[in-house]
Amino acid sequence: MNQISKKLPAYDVEAIRQDFPVLNQQVRGKQLVYLDNAATSQKPKAVIDSIVQYYENDNANIHRGVHTLSERATLSYENSRKKVQAFLNADSHKEIVFTRGATEAINLVANAFAEKLSAGDEVLITAMEHHSNIVPWQMLCEKTGAELKVAPINAQGELIVEEFAALISKKTKFAAISHMSNALGTINPIKQLIDLLHQYDIPVLIDGAQAIPHISVDVQALDCEFYVFSGHKLYAPTGIGALYGKMEQLEQMSAYQGGGDMISVVTFDKTVYNKVPYKFEAGTPNIAGTIGLGAAIDYVSRIGIDAIAAHENSLLAYAVEQSQRIEKLTIIGTAEQKGAIMSFVLDGIHPHDIGTMMDHQGIAVRAGHHCAMPVMDFFGVPATARASFAMYNTHQEVDALMAGIENLIEMFG
Amino acid sequence: MLDDLRDLYQEVIFDHNKNPRNFRLMDDADRQIDGFNPLCGDRITLFIKISDGKIADASFQGQGCAISTASASLMTDIVIGQTEQEAQSLFTLFHKMAIGEPVEMDELGKLAVLAGVCEYPARVKCATLPWHTLDALLKGAEEPVTTE
Repeated sequence: MNQISKKLPAYDVEAIRQDFPVLNQQVRGKQLVYLDNAATSQKPKAVIDSIVQYYENDNANIHRGVHTLSERATLSYENSRKKVQAFLNADSHKEIVFTRGATEAINLVANAFAEKLSAGDEVLITAMEHHSNIVPWQMLCEKTGAELKVAPINAQGELIVEEFAALISKKTKFAAISHMSNALGTINPIKQLIDLLHQYDIPVLIDGAQAIPHISVDVQALDCEFYVFSGHKLYAPTGIGALYGKMEQLEQMSAYQGGGDMISVVTFDKTVYNKVPYKFEAGTPNIAGTIGLGAAIDYVSRIGIDAIAAHENSLLAYAVEQSQRIEKLTIIGTAEQKGAIMSFVLDGIHPHDIGTMMDHQGIAVRAGHHCAMPVMDFFGVPATARASFAMYNTHQEVDALMAGIENLIEMFG
Repeated sequence: MLDDLRDLYQEVIFDHNKNPRNFRLMDDADRQIDGFNPLCGDRITLFIKISDGKIADASFQGQGCAISTASASLMTDIVIGQTEQEAQSLFTLFHKMAIGEPVEMDELGKLAVLAGVCEYPARVKCATLPWHTLDALLKGAEEPVTTE
C-alpha cells in the first residue's frame, strides 16, 4: 500500500471528493461539511456501484445451488474475504469471519469465552472503551462470575501503561483493548500491550472499529488473537464487519448462532458443524454488504492508508491550532498519539446545542456521550461535541468548523 | 448567519438557560424523581411540594442543554400554584405543541416560546424531558423516568 501511495503525485483531495456523491449537497442552504466520520463515513461511488452491480446482475444466495448466479455471488463474497485477509495481513482467509460489525464480532468472541472462564478469573479492558467493548465483557462476567478489571487513563486521555501492566496477573484470562478511542482519538500502544499480555499467555482482542480507516493494520506483526472492525467506518456499507481470529483460537471456539451454512450434517440426533469460518456465519449473510466492503478496501488501498492518514493528521493539526483562538473551547483528549478526532466542549454551551447550531450552518458534528459514558464521567462532562476527519475533508472545512463555532458562541452571547 | 435559528433559540430561552428559575435543591420536598434522556445524557431531578391539592413549590437540579434547561425553568415557574390536574392538562397541551400538533397557543402562555422545537425532531425530547418527569411525579412514579 505504501508503495502505491508513493507513486501517486500529490494527495488530490478534490478528486477524492468527486468520488463521494453525498458530499455534493446543501444542508439548510449551506454547503454540507461532513465531520461526523467517526460515527460513520460516507461511501464512494465504487462501493455504491458494487452493490448495484450485485443486485442488478448477480443476486443469488451463496454456498448453495450450482447455478451461475449463485456461483458468481459466492465468488464475489469469498473474494471479499480474501481482500479483508490482505488488508489485515492475516495468514489465511479462513481466519476472517464476516459479522454485522465490530459489535457483533466482540459478542461472538465473548460468547465463546463464556465456556472457558469461571469465578475468580478476570477480564481486562481500558477506561476508554466504547460501550460495545465494555458491555459484552460485563455480560460474560455476569454469566461466569469472572471480574471485569479496568485500566485507567490519564488527563490527556492516554492509557496508563504501568497501571495496565499492574492489573495483569495469573487471574487474567482475556483482554480487550481499543486500537483507537472513538471519543478521544487516542491511539493505544497495542503492540506493547499485546506483548505484555502474551508474557502470561493471555489472549487479546483489539477493537479496531475506529482505527481501521486511519491506521495500517498487520495482525501477524501485532500477534493479537482477535482483531475486529466495522465496514461502515471504512467507507463500506452498514451492517457488515469482520472478525479476524487466529486459526487455533477460532477452531477451539463454539459456534455463535445455529442455522444454515454453519453445518456439515444435521440429523435430529446430532449436528456436525461446518469448518471455520463458516461455523460462525449462520444463515444467509449480508452478501451485498460484504461485496461493498471488498470494493471499499480496493478503494482505500488504491489511495493508500498511509497517504490518507497523513492528510487526516494535517487536518487535525490545523484544527487544533485554529481552535486555540477560541477562548471558550477546550479539547477533550490530547494524547500524544492521536487520530483525526477532535472532541471538545465550549464553556457554558451544552454540546447538544452546539450540534443543532452547527447543523444550521451545514456542518455535521456529533454531540453526545459517543457511547463512552465512562469516558465522559472521567472528564466530568455530560457530553462533548466531536469533529472527526476522513480522507475527503479539507482545510477549508476546518475553517468552516471554526467559523461555525465562533458564530454560535456569539449567538449564545 | 444564524437568524433562522431564532425560531428555536429565542432570547427568552437564552435567558432561562443562563439564569434558570427554581434551580435549587429542595430538602423538604414531598416528592422527587429523576428524569434522564439516555440519547444525549441530559439529567434532571424534579422536586415538588403539594399543599391543599395544589403545587405549592417546584424546583429542579441537573444538567442539560439550553432547550431542556429553559423548559424546566419555564415549567417549574408556571406550575407553581396550579392543581395537579391543571399541571397535567398543561403537560398534554405542551406535548402536543412540541410534536407539532395544532394547539391554542394562548393557553400555553410563556411556554409558547418553545413552539419552534417541533421543527427539530432531534430536540423535541430536550423540551419534553422536564414535562415527562413532572407527569411521572404527579402519577406517583418512583423509578427514574427516561425519554426512550
